[in-house]
Amino acid sequence: MSQITKLQFDVIVVGAGGAGLRAAIAAREAGKKTAILSKSLFGKAHTVMAEGGIAASMGNVNSNDNWKVHFCDTMRGGKFLNHYRMAELHAKEAPDRVWELEAWGALFDRTPDGKISQRNFGGHEYPRLAHVGDRTGLEMIRTLQQRVVALQQQDKAEFGDYDAMIQVFAETSVSHVFVSGEGADRKVSGAFAYARGTGDFIVFEAPSVILATGGIGKSFKVTSNSWEYTGDGHSMALISGGSLVNMEFVQFHPTGMVWPLSVKGILVTESVRGDGGVLTNSEGRRFMFDYIPDVFKAQYAKTEEEADRWYTDPDNNKRPPELLPRDEVARAINTEVKAGRGSPHGGVFLDVSKRLPADVIRAKLPSMWHQFKELADVDITLEPMEVGPTCHYVMGGIEVDPDTQQAVGVKGLYAAGESSGGMHGSNRLGGNSLSDLLVFGKRAGDAAAEYASAAGPVTLSDAEIAAAETAAMAPFSNAGGENPYAIQQELQQMMNDYVGIIRTEDELKQALVEIEKFKERAARVGVKGTRQYNPAWHIALDLPHQLVVSECIARAALGREESRGGHTRDDFAKMSPEWRQVNLICYAEGTGVRVEKQALPTIPQELVSLFDSSELSKYMTQAELDSIAQGTA
Amino acid sequence: MTYTANFRVWRGIGGEGELQDYTVEVNEGEVVLDVIHRIQATQEPDLGVRWNCKAGKCGSCSAEINGKPRLMCMTRMNTFEEGAPVTVTPMRTFPVIRDLVTDVSFNYEKGRQVPAFSPPKDLKPGDFRMQQKDVERSQEFRKCIECFLCTNTCHAVRDHEENVKFFAGPRVLMRTAELDMHPLDTLDRRRMAQDELGLGYCNITKCCTEVCPEHIHITDNALIPLKERVADLKYDPLRWLGNKIRVRGKDD
Ligand SMILES: Cc1cc2nc3c(=O)[nH]c(=O)nc-3n(C[C@H](O)[C@H](O)[C@H](O)COP(=O)(O)OP(=O)(O)OC[C@H]3O[C@@H](n4cnc5c(N)ncnc54)[C@H](O)[C@@H]3O)c2cc1C
Ligand code: SF4
Ligand code: SF4
Ligand code: FES
Repeated sequence: MSQITKLQFDVIVVGAGGAGLRAAIAAREAGKKTAILSKSLFGKAHTVMAEGGIAASMGNVNSNDNWKVHFCDTMRGGKFLNHYRMAELHAKEAPDRVWELEAWGALFDRTPDGKISQRNFGGHEYPRLAHVGDRTGLEMIRTLQQRVVALQQQDKAEFGDYDAMIQVFAETSVSHVFVSGEGADRKVSGAFAYARGTGDFIVFEAPSVILATGGIGKSFKVTSNSWEYTGDGHSMALISGGSLVNMEFVQFHPTGMVWPLSVKGILVTESVRGDGGVLTNSEGRRFMFDYIPDVFKAQYAKTEEEADRWYTDPDNNKRPPELLPRDEVARAINTEVKAGRGSPHGGVFLDVSKRLPADVIRAKLPSMWHQFKELADVDITLEPMEVGPTCHYVMGGIEVDPDTQQAVGVKGLYAAGESSGGMHGSNRLGGNSLSDLLVFGKRAGDAAAEYASAAGPVTLSDAEIAAAETAAMAPFSNAGGENPYAIQQELQQMMNDYVGIIRTEDELKQALVEIEKFKERAARVGVKGTRQYNPAWHIALDLPHQLVVSECIARAALGREESRGGHTRDDFAKMSPEWRQVNLICYAEGTGVRVEKQALPTIPQELVSLFDSSELSKYMTQAELDSIAQGTA
Repeated sequence: MTYTANFRVWRGIGGEGELQDYTVEVNEGEVVLDVIHRIQATQEPDLGVRWNCKAGKCGSCSAEINGKPRLMCMTRMNTFEEGAPVTVTPMRTFPVIRDLVTDVSFNYEKGRQVPAFSPPKDLKPGDFRMQQKDVERSQEFRKCIECFLCTNTCHAVRDHEENVKFFAGPRVLMRTAELDMHPLDTLDRRRMAQDELGLGYCNITKCCTEVCPEHIHITDNALIPLKERVADLKYDPLRWLGNKIRVRGKDD
């Protein structure tokens, strides 16, 4: 066994995106010695890429907004499959979390009276997204990063050491979470990590581990997600005895770039549509008017004229159908392209050039302008963009207690951000992720700190550590084995083909057969060279996580025989009120995954009464509606 | 549109290494990072390279391409002549970890020395009021994606390792200017900019501005105004305070 560094902390935060940083800040503010680990450099997590904004019902632009409206929009967007309690906490606490960012130095765009400006986004009734141009995620991550530094400066003043209470381990990947005990005694004891630069191993002993590892999109070929999104947290929670919820729901964002091929999938922010961009097909038709589903007919404009008036007079007109929830728009684009009405490179057209003056476009959408100009030679102030669906976000994630974010089934394990599940139901609204990171990041950090105080320090045995090391070193003993890049690329293609935006039973079954073959190949994966910054090794260690998560998605998708939000079955095209009462939960079993049905918690009367009964009747069974009616009677 | 390109990529661990030649396929619309990834996937699985967003948003993929400091993900292959060799080397100013990956921790260490944002103590979250025109100056600097190409390029530290101790580089100095121009910040960081971050080493050559992928006017909008305010220190302590609470014109 080589030299391994062993460190003791109260709280380990795996992930330095919005959720991880907010959690770490909370844990440190609660007085706990906290470590932040991330695969990439400090300040470069996926959150940096978020463009549009952070949803919070501050009511700065339209004072009719409040948490109740935000709650209803979130539930509607998720097609009532959301955990109502998470949606409630999120809507209530988001404004405070945004204001806090401002107090830590964030500089959001302003309203004329000097408050934080808010913009329109799909599925949000009022202008609700706090933003900075189209680089909101960058502002958020930088602010949180700088808040961590501010705390370190306080610690330097008090203890003489920046790292005394909160330490950042950048480019340090966790490959294993240690747990001990069985059943109700199952609890966390730390994490095993490798420093990417040196290849050295570090063991963290800690009673609390927060997984804030983000999403899974790197298992799909066309994706807006980066190499980091291999679902490590999802997979480690599962293997540690936790469970995953809603894994069949994967969000395909309607507007990714489609050309050039090398940037296919890169995101085109929804703000383009929020700020007036329209979608047209090759016949020049604004086709979204043909795709307004019954459940949304009451909220969206029926004519182009009304839709156009909405941008200037939202109180007296209905919104344009380009701003329907993402799942609706993505499916519509998919259908147009399949029907032969697509753009030259297999997308549709998205145009702001005819609707806004060039300087306004450059001011409101600077990074989109830049991105198209530099990557596609397209000037969006003069010509339309070509766009098509791209894998963007996973609604599914680690099943948690909604108030504390503790993972179901494992004490001391917490999850926050995209890696946790339940909050968004079957479909996430734009802007609701960044707010989710802050609200539940803080809650996870608070709860993990409290638990760490109660649990006290933990120690790991040499045997446990040696086993984790052996597993991490395995790819080097297969030098002539399978090429990890090839397996990863083939997996991405397969997931795109069989578990993509439109699904069928046959293809999902085929996917599960393929996943078994990939598992065999992944077991033979080999890398050569040394441990210093060796990307082949890193991918080899990510692959098992990708396979576990891919299996969860495919199995849950096969299980759910209806279409809802980010899960569309060609063979079960309708949304079913019976299925709304059911969550599918994934557990690790043997070398694979088992899926079980679990009843959704009942939405309490005071929340369900925020909706019209006519709206509820589109989602719920007669029995549910009757019991709701009795409750109010 | 597919053709075969000749790539020369610096390979090595720590300070030891050399350029190696690769012939590799290039397709229409690709950027340098795509080609590096293809070398990785098909020829050299352990080729070290940092990247994340592939869209110029995270600042991970900084390197020198034919000697020019650039983001690999934003450098399109059609800017080179087909067939002419493309040389990719790691950023020169920072120590190499492996291949194209450098150790940029220096920037984080220096950045940690800049005292954080400090709003008035009695101002509660939610009560902040600022006008758009007053936040715009700092907003420009907050576009920074921390690619560190500016600091890599600055002649005060490039090839002058001995200055690293005294000079924090344009990225960190710009952060100081950003806080200085924040309408609600209360600290005076001028003396530290001069004494601890080495603002005096900057002789406003604008090389940093030229390489900034975010097109931030580092020299004109951050460094020169910061220098002017440091100069004010000597004769007019009240002017700084006035600057902070009044709306400022572009060049006062
Ligand atoms: C292009 C794009 C635009 C978006 N725009 C918006 C928007 O406008 N509004 C909105 O609300 N949402 C948006 N989203 C979604 C949102 O950005 C993400 O859901 C959110 O940032 C996820 O944050 P997170 O904190 O959960 O994880 P991330 O920010 O992804 O961070 C994950 C962290 O975990 C680390 N990590 C992962 N695995 C390991 C491991 N094994 N060991 C150690 N560390 C690990 C990573 O290195 C990283 O630091 C967008 C997403 C994309 C891709
Ligand atoms: S302007 Fe100053 S900081 Fe920028 S490159 Fe020149 S000397 Fe360096
Ligand atoms: S100022 Fe520009 S060049 Fe310097 S680190 Fe920031 S983005 Fe990069
Ligand atoms: S990969 Fe993010 S800037 Fe190049």
